[in-house]
Amino acid sequence: MASGETTVGPRGEAAVGRVMAQVAMVMNLDKCIGCHTCSVTCKQTWTNRTGVEYAWFNNVETKPGVGYPRRYEDQEHWKGGWMLDRRGRLVLRSGGRVKRLLSLFSNPDLPSIEDYYEPVTYDYDNLVSAPAGPDFPVAQPRSVLTGRPTPITWGANWEDGLGGAGEHAGADPNLSGAWAEKVRFEFEQTFLFHLPRLCEHCLNPACVSACPSGAMYKRVEDGIVLVDQDRCRGWRMCVTACPYKKVYVNHATGKAEKCTFCFPRIEAGQPTVCSETCVGRLRYLGLLLYDADRVGEAAATPDEKDLLDAQRGVFLDPHDPDVIAAARDSGIPEDWLEAARRSPVYDLVMRYKVALPLHPEYRTLPMVWYVPPLSPVLDAVDAAGGNQDDPDHVFAAVTRLRIPLEYLAELFTAGDTDVVGGVLMKLTALRSFMRERTLGEDGDESVLKAVGLTTREAEDLHRLLAVAKYADRYVVPAAHKEDAAALTAVENRCPVESSGGAEDPGGGRVMLGIPTLRRKKTGDRP
Amino acid sequence: MNAPLLPVAAASTSGADLLLWVAFPYACLAVFVVGHAWRYRQDQFGWTSRTSQLFEHRWLRWAGPLFHLGAFMVIGGHVVGLAVPDTWTEAAGISEHAYHTTAVWAGSVAGVAMVTGLGMLCARRLLTRPIRLGTDRSDKVLFPLLSATVLLGLSATATHNVFGPGYDYRCTVSVWFRGVFTLQPQPDAITGAPLLFQLHALTACLLFAAWPFTRLVHVWSAPIGYLARPYIVYRRRAVPTAAARAATGGNRRAPHPGRTR
Repeated sequence: MASGETTVGPRGEAAVGRVMAQVAMVMNLDKCIGCHTCSVTCKQTWTNRTGVEYAWFNNVETKPGVGYPRRYEDQEHWKGGWMLDRRGRLVLRSGGRVKRLLSLFSNPDLPSIEDYYEPVTYDYDNLVSAPAGPDFPVAQPRSVLTGRPTPITWGANWEDGLGGAGEHAGADPNLSGAWAEKVRFEFEQTFLFHLPRLCEHCLNPACVSACPSGAMYKRVEDGIVLVDQDRCRGWRMCVTACPYKKVYVNHATGKAEKCTFCFPRIEAGQPTVCSETCVGRLRYLGLLLYDADRVGEAAATPDEKDLLDAQRGVFLDPHDPDVIAAARDSGIPEDWLEAARRSPVYDLVMRYKVALPLHPEYRTLPMVWYVPPLSPVLDAVDAAGGNQDDPDHVFAAVTRLRIPLEYLAELFTAGDTDVVGGVLMKLTALRSFMRERTLGEDGDESVLKAVGLTTREAEDLHRLLAVAKYADRYVVPAAHKEDAAALTAVENRCPVESSGGAEDPGGGRVMLGIPTLRRKKTGDRP
Repeated sequence: MNAPLLPVAAASTSGADLLLWVAFPYACLAVFVVGHAWRYRQDQFGWTSRTSQLFEHRWLRWAGPLFHLGAFMVIGGHVVGLAVPDTWTEAAGISEHAYHTTAVWAGSVAGVAMVTGLGMLCARRLLTRPIRLGTDRSDKVLFPLLSATVLLGLSATATHNVFGPGYDYRCTVSVWFRGVFTLQPQPDAITGAPLLFQLHALTACLLFAAWPFTRLVHVWSAPIGYLARPYIVYRRRAVPTAAARAATGGNRRAPHPGRTR
């Protein structure tokens, strides 16, 4: 590799590991109302260009549902992520290096455009140019890919709010166990919650590992996973390897593109666009310090259900003097260490342990974590004839939620219902305690004790989750000024700045979010 | 090969032959070399295989491997047939007959695979509307040129060596080919060759000239290094690389190779 870059294996032998920092995210799913503001602002910022019309770096799915692209969680089919081979070694599910190179000519596990959806625009021009007639003119949908009128039959969130769930949602790959029979898609018996998804910026990224060109990389400083647009040769192995299907092929430039974690904003100390514009204020951004030398070992943990603890074991306590010393040795600046100590993500993931990773069993060690949804728990207590203030009744209700624990466990804990149940009970206890406090009572500390929280911790957690002030949610240290020249030279170039890629070198143009009809564009060409 | 013929000494060679078999190949090679240097420096962003699998995968599943694996065999065959003098193979104990039998058989299999694959690739490009609309000018040059070269080569072999009496191109075309690279051009060696071989050589020269301006450049990015690389790639943000610094010189704004300037 060229000088100035470091390409190092993840498994060093040193006793004290290399400390790296990552800007990580947590989402509090209880608060997500499925408004898609994150998706829309993200799209307007990053993917309102020819070639990525179908791509949503951030999308919001309704769960249960098949997701976007369809059934992406079915890794038996799509071969995303890692697995352990017969000898317990960590291997990419899509196969070894030789097999990958042999698949260059035709990738057998690549989603096609039908698995996403056919992007459309509308023939708005017809509204003003249609000749006078007896009928009101309409704007017909037209495929952006073919320019022809096309029926809209699928979308990035076709199943919004369980729309069509009776027909489709049964195909959700998470509804696989015998318990799935409990899930009903009839009105008044069903459940839903929204799941906003973006690139997980994994500690053990399968996409990076699968890139034959070495164009994808994880940044040492902030852990953001990026595609070097100059080095990508369009081999499309990253798309297959990513189990979350969050790398996309730009069909106009022939290169891979993905969520950038809004690195230009992060470098300036600002939250990502999806976080900044989140109406429900459910996103948290903060630093996590981790031991880069323990990543490979953690990802190879034999039992899937131990992966959560294994990943937590990779994270380092920013208050620990030994960690601080090692971090300084690794070149992490003081203000970043300070930010790591104030990180809301560290609090939710490590201190209170209420946040969980999405599909830890993919073994990529994802870095966007979720506080599982609890919503109707107190209603469930009432419905069961229980007393909302009696902790036994409340905790018992957690196991009778309409959202089955098994379903949440499939998503967040590789099927371990005890862990998800524990988190929900902690949230329930917090809610019950703070409700009493708000109503002017003392609050029953025995409820808190049962879930291992002190009064002080409960108040802190309540402030973080319920009050959720901007400054508490986003603790993002700016990139260092001394690097500014380098930033301008390399990374400050937006990887997608020329709007149409190969077809359109006019980099200065600002694109509106309305895709141009290809039909017209082709006609314009000389 | 025993008496190298310098172009100036080739009194019997006509001007047209000099132009076709000396000037033209060298011009094409020059464009090939300079074009690659220019494209590599100026257009890393455009340097890609331009995959269209997103839009069509059923035909590609067969066409991609057929074409590429066929092409590898064909290229290998050309290296042996053109670059290795017949005296060498004979010295290695391979008789003329054995050599040609092998060449015709292996060549036919490879050629048919490549042509079938290429035909399917062209067909899906024409029949799948999103791919057709995404076909740029460089593709419109490349696909016909590649098809012409491959078909001419295959029909030359079929006409003369499979169904015909057999033509020993190793004493003529190969001599001319080696002459170009040893800087001792021998246009006379090929002037007597059958028309199909001559046309095949000329379209091949054109193909080499067009190469740096088309998606064919992805050939040079064959990711062999992947076999030895650590899986996870970390990169520092802080220090710009020499390559990146050079790249900021304006590759992003560079015109697409299909665009003339």
